[in-house]
Amino acid sequence: MTSPSPVAKSMTIGEAVLVPLFAATAFLCLFGAAMGHDTAYVFHASLATVASLAAAFVILNHYYDRPAQLPPQEINGRPNYNLGPIKFSAWMAVFWGIAGFAVGLLIASQLAWPALNFDLPWTSFGRLRPLHTSAVVFAFGGNVLIATSFYVVQKTCRTRLAGELAPWFVVVGYNFFILIAGTGYLLGVTQSKEYAEPEWYADLWLTIVWVTYLLVFLMTLVKRQEPHIFVANWFYLAFIVTIAVLHLGNNPALPVSLLGSKSYIAWGGVQDAMFQWWYGHNAVGFFLTAGFLAIMYYFIPKRAERPVYSYRLSIIHFWALIFLYIWAGPHHLHYTALPDWAQTLGMTFSIMLWMPSWGGMINGLMTLSGAWDRLRTDPVLRMLVVSVAFYGMATFEGPMMSIKVVNSLSHYTDWTVGHVHSGALGWVGFVSFGALYCLIPWLWNRPLYSLKLVNWHFWISTIGIVLYISAMWVSGILQGLMWRAYTSLGFLEYSFIESVEAMHPFYIIRAAGGALFLIGALIMTFNLWMTVKAQSADQAQGAGLLQPAE
Amino acid sequence: MKAIMTIENLASNLVVTFWTPVFVGIFIAIVVYALRPRNKALFDSAAQMPLRED
Repeated sequence: MTSPSPVAKSMTIGEAVLVPLFAATAFLCLFGAAMGHDTAYVFHASLATVASLAAAFVILNHYYDRPAQLPPQEINGRPNYNLGPIKFSAWMAVFWGIAGFAVGLLIASQLAWPALNFDLPWTSFGRLRPLHTSAVVFAFGGNVLIATSFYVVQKTCRTRLAGELAPWFVVVGYNFFILIAGTGYLLGVTQSKEYAEPEWYADLWLTIVWVTYLLVFLMTLVKRQEPHIFVANWFYLAFIVTIAVLHLGNNPALPVSLLGSKSYIAWGGVQDAMFQWWYGHNAVGFFLTAGFLAIMYYFIPKRAERPVYSYRLSIIHFWALIFLYIWAGPHHLHYTALPDWAQTLGMTFSIMLWMPSWGGMINGLMTLSGAWDRLRTDPVLRMLVVSVAFYGMATFEGPMMSIKVVNSLSHYTDWTVGHVHSGALGWVGFVSFGALYCLIPWLWNRPLYSLKLVNWHFWISTIGIVLYISAMWVSGILQGLMWRAYTSLGFLEYSFIESVEAMHPFYIIRAAGGALFLIGALIMTFNLWMTVKAQSADQAQGAGLLQPAE
Repeated sequence: MKAIMTIENLASNLVVTFWTPVFVGIFIAIVVYALRPRNKALFDSAAQMPLRED
């Protein structure tokens, strides 16, 4: 092999811009840490100081260590895929998943046994609940989406990810946002908007990270070698663009001081509520649905070794979802001060969503045409397919619950919690686990450690989900019926505390379901860890150790 | 009584008279594109994309 001709080493634009920028940020954050008005702000400014210094140091160090030439776009005529940021993000997803599920189990147990709040502010339900939701949705789900989107866009465009530092900035920067948000909740920092609790400085940081994510994704699409943009990339792009718009729309806040964490939102009254649920429901629609549908459209065909059942249907599925989802938010505000026409609009669009949702579900399931037998032998594929079945179930239930007369019973009850978790555990959880079981072996180019353990994970988690959602259905409907029960004299039949007492057995069943789901995820973590660390490709011949589907 | 012309009224008038038919038109065009027989070969090939490996 001939050595490459010597090239004078020079900094890339990213390196030249980011090193001084991080150094300046470190200085500003140090100032904030010294002058901050409240403890949480000082703590976050200190974290940001350390992180900025570390970032500047790592980039500079990498510059001195790296060869003069950047990694080539192709090696021997094949794309030189950039897998490092994907590996990082995939493992962060596993880490945050375990953390998020564990906190979920704790708060479920707190509802059954309130003593578990420990009478401490940091461990109270009010602070841990947003920690749980953000950890599972944004930390676990977000890292799965970033990891899989960076993988799928490279593979289906047959090109290396755009930028060298930018993808690392996205994955590390996003996880730093999670750290700021999560520690903020524990310290009592919140702007009290559901799923948008982080305060103004965390929101600003997320905006920078997210715009970089969009640019990396777009630029990778621009330099693609395949003329056609695969449908999964459309779903990923819709997810990235819409989350950017939602984030900006729901968070125009004015800080009380640049040296304090508290801010006030620009929107007032019912407009604020409307913006909040326009954001909240489309976080479900574009983060938890569109993004994970992208996973469905790539990983199920790939794992089943079958083409997408109907590509035409996938196009109609995509655009119908995009046109309809954005209007469904007002169904979260039935029987409130929101104008009646807006409530009815939200309900109508929610019901129309049945069509694209079920079209997509049918497309995902029918992709197994000719490969149904694989469900017996491949628990990873089974996990992916069952996730689509849960998607169908949750997207049937959602529109039904948005009908005003049904909502009058279900709203504010555990039925909503059960509905959310059939989507979150069954759909988002299982499709993510399936994707991770595919992705980690592909990234490290070695077989999965044990399919038997996947089978255990699948069944333990499935039983956990069934316990969880059936307990919440019963408890929610019971709750709703108790709240609306009148005596013959027109008085409310039950006091509120009687309905709380009635929930107790269901809360124990729910916590048991959550515990099983967590145990399943721990089995997955062990399996994936052993795949990477313990099992070399040469040792994969033993009983029960099968080759990956790739 | 004549309705007062507020921003909200103006916005809803625009939506009803302009954007609704435009969005419906765009969506119909997308459906026609997806179902058009001459695009079948392209879509059949695209459906295989996850299976093509480097």
